[in-house]
Amino acid sequence: MFKCKTSPEVGGMGHSVKRKEDARFLHGKGKYTDDVKLPGMLHMVIVRSPYAYAKILSINKEKALAIDGVLAVITGEDLAQYNLHWMPTLLSDSQMVLPTDTVMHQSQEVCAVIATDRYIAVDGAEAVDVQYEPMKAIVNPFKALDEDAPLLRPDKEGQKDNHIYHWERGEREKTDAAIAAADVVVKERIHLPRIHVASIETCGVVASYDKDTEKMLIYLTSQAPHAIRTILALVAGHVGLSEEKIRIIAPDIGGGFGGKVPVYPGYVIAIAASFLIGKPVKWIEDRSENLVNGFARDYHMDCELAATKDGKIQAFKVSTLADHGYTDSSANPSKYPTGMFSICTGSYDYEHAFAELDAVYTNKAPGGVAYRCSFRVTEAVHAIERMVDKLAAEIGKDPAQLRFENFIKKEDFPYASPLGWSYDSGDYKQTLEKAMDMIGYADYKKEQAEKRAQGKLMGIGICTFTEVVGAGPSKDFDILGIKMFDSAEIRVHPTGKALARFGTKSQGQGHETTYAQILAEELGIPYTDIEIDEGDTDTAPYGLGTYASRSTPTAGAAAAIAARKLRDKGKKIAAHLLEVSEEDIEWEVGKYFVKGAPEKSKTIQDVAFAAYTNFPEGMEPGFEATHYYDPPNLTFPNGAYICVVEVEEETGAIDVKRFVAIDDCGNIINPMIVEGQIHGGLTQGIAPAMYEGIVYDDEGNVLNGTLMDYLVPTAVESPHWETGHTITPSPHHPLGAKGVAESPTVGAPPAIANAIIDALYPLGIKHLDIPITPDKVWDAIQVAKAKA
Amino acid sequence: MAKHKVTMTINGKSVTAEVDSRLLLVHFIRENLDMTGTHIGCDTSSCGACTILIDGKSVKSCTYLTVRADGADITTIEGIAVEGTNHPLQKAFHDQHGLHCGFCTPGMIMRSIDLLKTNPNPTEKEIRWGISGNLCRCTGYNNIVKSVQQAAAEMAKEKEASV
Repeated sequence: MFKCKTSPEVGGMGHSVKRKEDARFLHGKGKYTDDVKLPGMLHMVIVRSPYAYAKILSINKEKALAIDGVLAVITGEDLAQYNLHWMPTLLSDSQMVLPTDTVMHQSQEVCAVIATDRYIAVDGAEAVDVQYEPMKAIVNPFKALDEDAPLLRPDKEGQKDNHIYHWERGEREKTDAAIAAADVVVKERIHLPRIHVASIETCGVVASYDKDTEKMLIYLTSQAPHAIRTILALVAGHVGLSEEKIRIIAPDIGGGFGGKVPVYPGYVIAIAASFLIGKPVKWIEDRSENLVNGFARDYHMDCELAATKDGKIQAFKVSTLADHGYTDSSANPSKYPTGMFSICTGSYDYEHAFAELDAVYTNKAPGGVAYRCSFRVTEAVHAIERMVDKLAAEIGKDPAQLRFENFIKKEDFPYASPLGWSYDSGDYKQTLEKAMDMIGYADYKKEQAEKRAQGKLMGIGICTFTEVVGAGPSKDFDILGIKMFDSAEIRVHPTGKALARFGTKSQGQGHETTYAQILAEELGIPYTDIEIDEGDTDTAPYGLGTYASRSTPTAGAAAAIAARKLRDKGKKIAAHLLEVSEEDIEWEVGKYFVKGAPEKSKTIQDVAFAAYTNFPEGMEPGFEATHYYDPPNLTFPNGAYICVVEVEEETGAIDVKRFVAIDDCGNIINPMIVEGQIHGGLTQGIAPAMYEGIVYDDEGNVLNGTLMDYLVPTAVESPHWETGHTITPSPHHPLGAKGVAESPTVGAPPAIANAIIDALYPLGIKHLDIPITPDKVWDAIQVAKAKA
Repeated sequence: MAKHKVTMTINGKSVTAEVDSRLLLVHFIRENLDMTGTHIGCDTSSCGACTILIDGKSVKSCTYLTVRADGADITTIEGIAVEGTNHPLQKAFHDQHGLHCGFCTPGMIMRSIDLLKTNPNPTEKEIRWGISGNLCRCTGYNNIVKSVQQAAAEMAKEKEASV
């Protein structure tokens, strides 16, 4: 167990101190983007395409412009005059800001109305008359490569079909040979549905251009304000928006989950509008715009897992078709078009693996956001964890036992995975044992046998996942060339209180508390005396932002190292104050003392004061430090989740009876916050497992684009989560910490799916794709019965 | 657009205004009165971020016309702390880590006030059903349930002490 070094009052690592940021939220005083109101502010509403694929014949603005209060209708032609009608995506593709001739997915931006009032802007949008010539949309990604499929992106030079890229990792021949020679091979095509982050706050922007100072102030729902500023400068530099003139403030964010990493066309239109009109312009998405214009997942994975007849895994192969919509706007590190999908070999030790992926264009919204997942880890974990369960069922072995027999052993870390990762640490056996103890695995196995004898459907599902988070080392990880470091800047004031600023941006994770705790741990200054500031590009140090569980692995590490720099300086000051040599000074949390004479000491606050008032001759005054942290490796959080379900055969209804999650995220900064993150991620895990999925009809219409039919779980659908942890510190992180908040989103879906399939197995049902809904179960039961 | 004069009490203060017939109450509160604690997460009464109290009952203000609130007594998140002392639900959400991003929190608390008024001692199941009109994407609800339980216990104690 982790032993706290500090008192609860100082509140360093390991203390469940209450959150410092709560008060403003509890009093209705949070400041979100839609709460920003500037003098003379105009409102923007976007006209969107009713068709998935259509030529735009005409856009008639007249009636809209005749409405009192409508100031402008901005079209693609208007933006084209400034060459702002297209923008690059992070993965070297291109996306329309506003179209000049063709719309590529339903709800795509067609034009934007600027008005003095939100309601008048809506009136204006309804009055714009757009004439379309609809075309036959490509909805099914498997048909995107058919010979008679229309070429969706003729605008791209050299593009001959709808194939975007091929990616592969591992050894194809050796893996194929191992599979061919194996005693047992299980195969499955697994689809992870297109889903949406559906943060309760939608996306939005307030852009305010000052023609006199030429400064562009932008309030933005952004998880990565610094990177977005750089991208804006690159996209709009030619019209005069250079980086030093752009200030992005990401105020409070009402949930991000990866959905607030991208640059959406609406942002760019509002910024362009403000630039052209010279007044502040606000654009806030409505819920349907939010749900229909982005996505996560949507991988179709053909998996093969090979093993000996007694269940020793020998090889894994996965060939994936990725539906990217009309452009590849995946929010991934530039060298990783498929994100960290190659973590798909999982928590198991075997030699051969091969993963490949082909991405295609369809007439769907672009996106590919890393929804509470470190870039495609959810897809990877679902593939291997479903296949391991399928193998266990095939050879009749207990799935827990099969996992124990194949786990990477504690002593084998650092472990070189077959697809090239170096796992830092873990004790998978201990973690699964703890989960089994906590849920009472053996008892449930007995109960299941009894229930099966009575013809009842009960299932137990396990998932033992390994994540890869904290991107990342500069040698491999960059976004448009900018290395994926992150930063911390600490100022300790003369009175011993501090202000620390970061390149990341909290969206509910509690950074104002946890970062202060890291500094309390390292400096001994009480966490209540440390203010944390993020999200303003004019004041915070440059960083790549908060997503992919990277805040603690990168900026958290930067905070620790910057604090240690301060401690080193403080040692010199303490030696000066205590009139001894630096070598005679020792540190314990919060104070320096003379070796062998602990009564001769100076607190960190004494030293901070002296740094401004009485520093050694020749020393640079002040008590500030900055660090930009380039991680040597990623961190590999892991966990063991067990789910127990009952299924009602007559209706297909699924009842989640228990769910136990044991997580290992290394050393823990604030156990209360970690547990809260796990709870939230688990509900975002049951969501795609049982409820959520964006559904399209054959013409590319989204059939569930509101919260009335896109089923975000309520407190009723969400079970009572039971959590626990094991601690295997990261050996390379300065605090021994790993990321955590995405583990549950990654680990829960396969645990739930495995439990439901386990329940249905006696009927001969061996796989169902998520979301596993009652009607899908009922249909499967009818088919299975008809077969029997 | 026809204008209507409306008068209502918001957090104990009388407010009179001329409003368009179509103005939604949530926009009146947020834009006209500059009280931005009541949030908008959808426009279909699905998410509950806009929940306020109208004459003591929790109502989703995103689908409620301002004119309909003429003469009403309205309470928003800004009005529940008495003389700087947190409402037991505000205290409980802090103690139990019942909020992450804070966006659903005002609506969740306003709904819970009504829930505890009609059912001062709810079971876990009753709490879960009672807040099922309010979506939270961050917390997984465990700690929201605990927050409502803590507040229920504290409010019962307060009531006992005042008898």
